Amino acid sequence: MSDKPLVDVENLHIAFPREDGGWHEAVRGVSFSLLAREKLGIVGESGSGKSLSSRALLGVLPEHARMSADRLRFDGIDLLQASPRERRKLRGGRMSMILQDPKFSLNPVLKVGRQIMEAFRIGYPALSGAETRRRAIDMLEAVHIRSPERVMDLYPHQISGGMGQRVMIAMMMAREPELLVADEPTSALDVTVRTQVLSIMDELVTRRGAGLILISHDLKLVSRFCNRVLVMYAGRIVESLRADEMHNARHPYTRGLLACLPSIQSTGDPLPVLQREAGWANPEGQP
Amino acid sequence: MILRLLTYSRHAGAWAATVAITLFGLAVLTFVIGRVVPIDPVLAIVGDKASPDVYQRVFIELGRDKPLYVQFATYVSGLLHGDFGQSFVTSRPVLSDLLDFFPATLELSTIGLLIGMVLGIPAGVAAAYWHEKWPDHLVRLIALVGYSVPVFWLGLVGLFFLYFKLDWVSGPGQLDVFYQGIVENRTGSILIDSALAGEWEVFWNAMSHIILPALLLGYYSLAYIGRMTRSMMLDQLNREYVLTARLKGASEFEVVVGHALRNAAIPLVTIVALSYGSLLEGSVLVETIFSWPGIGNYLASSLFRADMNAVLGGTLVVGAVFVFLNMLSDALYGVLDPRAREHLS
Repeated sequence: MSDKPLVDVENLHIAFPREDGGWHEAVRGVSFSLLAREKLGIVGESGSGKSLSSRALLGVLPEHARMSADRLRFDGIDLLQASPRERRKLRGGRMSMILQDPKFSLNPVLKVGRQIMEAFRIGYPALSGAETRRRAIDMLEAVHIRSPERVMDLYPHQISGGMGQRVMIAMMMAREPELLVADEPTSALDVTVRTQVLSIMDELVTRRGAGLILISHDLKLVSRFCNRVLVMYAGRIVESLRADEMHNARHPYTRGLLACLPSIQSTGDPLPVLQREAGWANPEGQP
Repeated sequence: MILRLLTYSRHAGAWAATVAITLFGLAVLTFVIGRVVPIDPVLAIVGDKASPDVYQRVFIELGRDKPLYVQFATYVSGLLHGDFGQSFVTSRPVLSDLLDFFPATLELSTIGLLIGMVLGIPAGVAAAYWHEKWPDHLVRLIALVGYSVPVFWLGLVGLFFLYFKLDWVSGPGQLDVFYQGIVENRTGSILIDSALAGEWEVFWNAMSHIILPALLLGYYSLAYIGRMTRSMMLDQLNREYVLTARLKGASEFEVVVGHALRNAAIPLVTIVALSYGSLLEGSVLVETIFSWPGIGNYLASSLFRADMNAVLGGTLVVGAVFVFLNMLSDALYGVLDPRAREHLS
């Protein structure tokens, strides 16, 4: 790992207009960095701002969102100064993102193959049609899809969720990005295929030396795949830990989350209820 | 293979049955309308000065003395043989009248629909893309006016300014008297006929006649198509696959047209077909104002003269056109939507 961070975010704020004319702050001063080839997990409950922080990085925030930051850099490029065009060139090429549910994230009226080929077409417009198709098939093979030629001609509703998510991975890894954000990539999938899909993603990311930001509410899963874990609560990062040191968590919220994980050895007593304190939402409330 | 052919033929069979039942329902409806309206067809023919003898003879000639179901059977069997009855006013078979008048309506409403589509769909897309910004407000204002202003008023105002005051376009009718009878009638459409014959002077004169009523119809269809396109695009632009396309690095044009509009096009087919149908049928007012020799004009003048055969024949044609357009949009659904395609086969 080099010392120069691939992603460098400092004091990121994201707010949405409220009905009463005020602003609702969804992300309140988040700072983190990611080294090249590093795998970072972001954990938190819904609404904690974990997805928004990474969407800000890719430049695909909802239109009415207001964003500010002291620093927002990708491989030395100042994303705050970059034009929309420059940011679009980065997307899909050097950074990309996998969304939660392939049922919604794939275009229902276009063939799977065409959607993967589109990723190549945008990145390498000079490629011939046949070459684009060949590469798309290679990509489907890389995500362990059997008979990729057949799958190329299927529509999203004709494939399973696990296969759809692998198509999504193929599409987003097509141009070998240096950063992949996976936003709850397995939450919509059957438990049986979750590990498989994650391993395929992990394999591609590791082999190509990309950085990974894995967003999830599943603490266990994140600590298994990542080097480092950020815990978010109410728009702030409350704790940053190495994945192999989860047991050293100090923040009461993280400890509460860990205590809620069921284990086979447990006595069967009711799991503890997660306690929240209003003070955690304030910066002073951090231990 | 055989199985596939079987399912296809079964599908075609079900389709044909649907069409047949719909058309039969249409025939029942027109028949009932013909009996319910307070118009005495016998009186319409013989006039109110005729003696009871004459009245009685015509009454029997028209089959009015027979039971209703026999009259209905005669009516349907006539329809099946292409016999829509005689028009009392023109003394010609209603069918040949309709064949003469329909092409003019088709010509006018097709151009109107094209205007409505070419302007309405991009307007709706722009309004949805710049939601709550000035293009959206503009399109909504235009659509609102199109929804609220009566077509006959706008038509008269248009004629007054563009024809009478400014003389930019020609007045009512299809052609100036000077140009009539030059081009041989082949397709029923003067524009196509004159272009085929190479009579460009006739063509441009016809164009200057059709442009105002076509723009008028186009405006109303634009208001409808634009509004519907806007709401369907708003729905699609919020879908997650749109975000996926942006994440791939697709340009905004590709995102909006290649992805979102491609999906919105599926329900839009029905909207366009309905709009076409209502143009074909609803051009009565426009055709009357512009003395356009179309089916709307024919229907209106027949109605004023109590020419029931002509009215019912025209109604039937309009209904059949609607059925046909619905069938067409169903078929197009299958082409555009892979999910619907599977349900059909």
